[in-house]
Amino acid sequence: MKPAPFIRHVPKTLDEALKVLAEVAPEDGRILAGGQSLVPIMAFRLAKPAHLVDINEVEGLDRLHSDGKTLSIGARVRHGAFHKNVVDNPLGKLLTFVGHHIAHYPIRMRGTFCGSLAHADPSSEWCLVSATLDATMIAKSARGERTIKATDYFQGIMSTALAEDELLAEVRLPLLAADAKFGFNEFSRRAGDFAMSASLVTYTVKNGKIADAHVGVGGAEPSPRRIAEAETALNGQTPGDAAFRAAAEAAASAIEPLEDHQTTGEYRRDLVRAVVRRALENSQS
Amino acid sequence: MSEKTDITLTINGNDHAIKVEPRRTLVDAIREDCGQTGTHIGCEHGICGACTVIVDGEPVRSCLMFAVQAAGKKIRTVEGLATDDTLHPMQQAFMDHHGLQCGFCTPGFLMLAVGVLEREPNISDDDLLDVLSSNLCRCTGYQGIIKAVRAAAIEMRGK
Repeated sequence: MKPAPFIRHVPKTLDEALKVLAEVAPEDGRILAGGQSLVPIMAFRLAKPAHLVDINEVEGLDRLHSDGKTLSIGARVRHGAFHKNVVDNPLGKLLTFVGHHIAHYPIRMRGTFCGSLAHADPSSEWCLVSATLDATMIAKSARGERTIKATDYFQGIMSTALAEDELLAEVRLPLLAADAKFGFNEFSRRAGDFAMSASLVTYTVKNGKIADAHVGVGGAEPSPRRIAEAETALNGQTPGDAAFRAAAEAAASAIEPLEDHQTTGEYRRDLVRAVVRRALENSQS
Repeated sequence: MSEKTDITLTINGNDHAIKVEPRRTLVDAIREDCGQTGTHIGCEHGICGACTVIVDGEPVRSCLMFAVQAAGKKIRTVEGLATDDTLHPMQQAFMDHHGLQCGFCTPGFLMLAVGVLEREPNISDDDLLDVLSSNLCRCTGYQGIIKAVRAAAIEMRGK
């Protein structure tokens, strides 16, 4: 249970970090941010990176700010930052609510939002948030900068559109409508454990009818995503039990569930039906 | 390839000049290189919380941090809780409320609870329960730990 040897690089600026990452990436160099997923897999020797580029001392990566349209989350913003409401918008409350489901308090002191997206565990809460809200990822490398849409970013279990020499420098989440409602629910066997299924929903109510519904499902498929069938089932309907059940049923039918030795596909489909319904029932402004 | 570097760890106000490989976890350095064996190692992959220490005011898993990352930071461990012969209110509460049996998880629970309560003295009972789900105990069934931490929380708020 001891990590294999590696060489640590401690850049102080972003340019320096990208330069060293470009040099070491071909030799299995990785970024070390919070380390709350990477260090355990190194302890198990599932990962044996030869180089770690530790970004904990890079200036400016802890930036968390809103321009009134989007919330920008820098590469070193830790989960614990969202214990407080970070923006005067329903998104702030959403992030606080969802963030409390991430692992445990001491993990949240170290783990980072962007690190969670770079790791891309199917059950990650922040990956679900990013997919549901159509986040934009800002990838930086010595070659330059590019933006990646959430729909292109997630490419399967622990697999993303990031190239090996790219740092996920920032994630931008669009602010929600001032009257938006959100709901979240996840199922795991133990408090703080990986979600076996989770759902995040947002919508507004216009003239008594649901509008602009986003229904995201995580933990059930290789990557979290919006479920168009469930959103169609909601838009234009009166918020309430009938619409919520129809959307949950649509989500359960639409997914291609992961299976493992503990969880059959049918069971996970049933979980999706439950977490989507509960997320909608819990929805609040 | 991974050469040892000289670092200084400041544990409970005392400087320890040590030489470690980058892969040395903070908990291994605290115990093996600095000789402070009050902090325990359980699972070594962030699940059990036995190795919880406070780094710059934040309770963290010291098995998920490398020692080199803690150089220059203020580290607090269970050895730093008591003042001379007087136990910290959290330690006293664990004794009074049967918060421990074998004691293996106790240093981790103490540092978790002290770390969180110092940051959030007015944390709600529900949130405190959620915090205590961070660490594992295989003896007590947790009820004694919950009672102890709630009692210590009241005492710590009073100060």
